[in-house]
Amino acid sequence: MTIKLKGVTKKYGRDYALNEVNLSLQKGKIYGLLGPNGSGKSTTLKMIAGLVFPDRGEVSLSNEKVTRRTAEQVAYLTELDMFYDNFSVAETINYVASQFASFDLHKAEQLLAELKLDPSKKVKQLSKGNRGRLKLVTALARDTDVVLLDEPFSGLDPMVREATVKSLLRYVDLEQQIIVIATHEINEIESLLDEVIALYYGDIIGQENVEELREEQGLSVLEWFKTIVQEVEERAV
Amino acid sequence: MVQEFQASKPIYMQIVDQIIIDILQGTQKVGDKLSSVREMAVKMGVNPNTIQRAYAELERMGAVETRRGQGTFVINNPELFATIKLDMQREIINRYVKDMKQLGVSSIEMIDQLKAFVEGEEEHDD
Repeated sequence: MTIKLKGVTKKYGRDYALNEVNLSLQKGKIYGLLGPNGSGKSTTLKMIAGLVFPDRGEVSLSNEKVTRRTAEQVAYLTELDMFYDNFSVAETINYVASQFASFDLHKAEQLLAELKLDPSKKVKQLSKGNRGRLKLVTALARDTDVVLLDEPFSGLDPMVREATVKSLLRYVDLEQQIIVIATHEINEIESLLDEVIALYYGDIIGQENVEELREEQGLSVLEWFKTIVQEVEERAV
Repeated sequence: MVQEFQASKPIYMQIVDQIIIDILQGTQKVGDKLSSVREMAVKMGVNPNTIQRAYAELERMGAVETRRGQGTFVINNPELFATIKLDMQREIINRYVKDMKQLGVSSIEMIDQLKAFVEGEEEHDD
């Protein structure tokens, strides 16, 4: 599996969400897509998932152009709350399973147990943290070569964050999968990532291997990100 | 527990250091199997590729060996661990001396203070 964006441009009204973006992602790696709010992270993920299409350029999965049809190969965790309040946890799982052939019910049950989610509880009875966990279960229980997580940790307390990170690590299959995590909480996920991609208002301003950053430049991802954003902003003045 | 890592050193090297310390302290027994890459990744909250790289580095150092289909085992190699322990001590002393010099502390003061400190600690222990 490879993901490619070639000369991808997307405008919302007059504003560029993405401007001539080129990107290539390989299997076996966990990527961090970093950037401030509104920098194009979610648009990038939605394009890979086949939920938004470029105005110009092309997005492809293993050289096949992304369409509604390729969506079956992609698990996508949206940053939005997307559940029906009146469904129970079990009904939610069954509903998602009915929508995707790649959904693994057995894996979903294991994840529910691990994250201590009660299948009989109604979604509206769940705390914010537990809704976050349920969202993660619906994404991780799918057997897909691409897993896209949009702000998977936002609004979760540190304990829940740690539990979600561990579930992610327990189930990721780096022989097959590409994982892309979009976030602005950089410090939280640094030790999870192989590579980081920095987006800044529609442009990719940097892409680095996390360990090389440390080895060659002595920089953490957050330090690197601040440095390159500053460079871009100084150039703009 | 998910660990915190320093920014200035690659994460895989910090994991190598941690495993070596565990071996020196005896929490990781010589001859025993290390946790699988997956278990270690989950335990530390770290990318499995990074753990893989740490294990490869330990193997390169001669501290562990990978047995096909069985896992990674700590080698019984007292000379190697003695050498590594000395290296680590040297690294700590280097850092200490450098920091003290930055504060303008002389070598004699440094030794006197260290001696007084260690003796104080020993009294405390009694």
